[in-house]
Amino acid sequence: MVKAGIDIGSRTIKLVLRKGDETLHAAVRENTFNTLEVCREMLNGYDYDSITATGYGRHLFAEKFSAKVISEISAFAMGIHQVYPEVRTILDIGGQDTKAISIDDAGNLLKFEMNDKCAAGTGRFLEIMAMALRFDLNEFGENALAVPESENVNSMCTVFAESEVISLLATGADRQKVARGIHQSVIKRAISLIKRVGIKGEVAFVGGVAHNIAMKRLLEYALGRKVLVPSNPQIIGALGCTFSGFN
Amino acid sequence: MADYTQMWQGLGLDLETHSAVLDLVGKSYQDVFLTQKNRPEGMGYFDFVMSEIHGLRIKELLDAKGEGRKIVGTFCVFVPEEIVIALNAVCVGLCAGAELGFDAAEEYLPRNTCSLIKSAFGFKLAKVCPYIESTDMIVGENTCDGKKKAYESYKDLVGNLYVMDIPQMKSSSGRGLLKAEYIRFAQALEELTGNKLTVEGLKKGIEIVNNKRKAILRLGRLRAANPVPVSGLDVLLANQVYFYDDPIRFTNSVNAICDELEKRIEDGIGVFPKDTPRILISGCPMAIPNWKLPHLIETSGATIVGEEMCTGERGTRNLSDPSGETTDELIEGIVDRYMKIDCAIFTPNQSRYDHIKEMAEKYKAQGVINYTLQFCQPYQNEAMTFGKQLEEEGIPVLNLETDYSQEDVGQLKTRIEAFIERIKQNG
Repeated sequence: MVKAGIDIGSRTIKLVLRKGDETLHAAVRENTFNTLEVCREMLNGYDYDSITATGYGRHLFAEKFSAKVISEISAFAMGIHQVYPEVRTILDIGGQDTKAISIDDAGNLLKFEMNDKCAAGTGRFLEIMAMALRFDLNEFGENALAVPESENVNSMCTVFAESEVISLLATGADRQKVARGIHQSVIKRAISLIKRVGIKGEVAFVGGVAHNIAMKRLLEYALGRKVLVPSNPQIIGALGCTFSGFN
Repeated sequence: MADYTQMWQGLGLDLETHSAVLDLVGKSYQDVFLTQKNRPEGMGYFDFVMSEIHGLRIKELLDAKGEGRKIVGTFCVFVPEEIVIALNAVCVGLCAGAELGFDAAEEYLPRNTCSLIKSAFGFKLAKVCPYIESTDMIVGENTCDGKKKAYESYKDLVGNLYVMDIPQMKSSSGRGLLKAEYIRFAQALEELTGNKLTVEGLKKGIEIVNNKRKAILRLGRLRAANPVPVSGLDVLLANQVYFYDDPIRFTNSVNAICDELEKRIEDGIGVFPKDTPRILISGCPMAIPNWKLPHLIETSGATIVGEEMCTGERGTRNLSDPSGETTDELIEGIVDRYMKIDCAIFTPNQSRYDHIKEMAEKYKAQGVINYTLQFCQPYQNEAMTFGKQLEEEGIPVLNLETDYSQEDVGQLKTRIEAFIERIKQNG
């Protein structure tokens, strides 16, 4: 039995194929204006017996590919429970939303909180700020960690934060300190979400933003504890889909 | 539908915008209500009422005016309909549930004002509400700060605003204030109508309104059945129409639906499969055509079994005592009834929490969705404290803050689906 899970996010699409305890295939692709076409390409050449979809494009996908559907929140809960059974608190920062999820020892969903209807504090926010600072996304985090202090970035709004960053640079602020300040501002928002669900057990950090080393470090400083990041933090939702009751 | 153009013109409506509003509401009604499967036949009455929302009902109001009756528009369940009817006036709710004329409204209101208040201004400024334009008196009430201050500028816009003070504590002085305000309101209505407040009038008002409440509460009780015989959306609609329909016709129509539902329950017929996850919604009122959240919930695999809202059991529960022998005794009975309304403007407001729990138990809800409008501090505060308390008592809670826009539908759907998945896990 090959089980497939697909997580159709705003920025990327993630696919996982599992057979028993083994992951046969895992892939991440940029999303485009034609989501279904990307999905089709990703699935091309792979056989599976059942497929479950999650992410903001889940219903669109399910209509065309006769898939079952689960919410991202349950998908991340199930996915992380497989990778790190000791985790009870999950932070997921993706392209357009941030979620804090609390689960029980069986991986069941207990509580969750999501950011409101704007991109503040999400992966997209970091992308735009990296661009404003002319950093490549990969080096953005490293540069933020290269300095011990931050410039304060006060704006929560992506658009306002961008102009704030530009004016900071214009007044001669250090580019790396600004980078650190941006990361801090995202961490601050994430922490308030986590606190609302309550911290229990081990904490896992997932989603595309978990690739960013500065985010992991600063999150650990802020929480005063170690945070677990899976080797491929982006595919946890797709992985969780393969464990959903439907499959 | 008859041609009401002349009537609307006579009321000073902006015909073009008004026609766009009617199309929008009609389309939304079609998509949200008429796509539901297996609805009770009796809901045909509400389909008709909705198709005539700005037509026949307005004609009835204008006919009543022609007979010398006065139309009293309200924004709150604290306005005692019994007293309005006692003075042979007609009571109509004016709350609106659509994002309309908000730009114009923001010339009078701070941006961080809730959608409910903004739409009251928007509908007036865009000249699209025949109810507002039919009124002889509009009653504002000092509930939340948002409304209280907004009425200061609303007064100039409508020209016929009467403001009623409302207590904020359930103390004896609070009760004294409400009684004094109800007496002052009765006097204002005596002046408006030229009628005198009498024992017979009050008894008649109490009987009509109590019967309306009994009917809608009976409808609510039938939802304890599994499978549910009627959708949450349809009951919400009845609760919304409650505010502006002819009260006696409304009562008869709701009772007819209840008869039908009793038969359904006997036969084990439901609108959703047996054991569909059951949700109680609690929080701010939902005025027509604000069906966003219930529609999302009931198209995500759950059903709504109760509304702890002003457009729901908070607004309709408890009856006024009809046994008084003098106008004063009857007003005492009315005041007692209204002092039990657990609006979040009261502090403390423990009885609302108790009622949420009682409803969850009564209607076998497996989870509570706290619905608050953005910028509504009183309900947001209670959502936080009550949410924690309910979770501690083992009742899953989802707090959702939203407004009248459609931009957050995707995010809301994700949260609602996840919440339903959580409830299903619990078995």
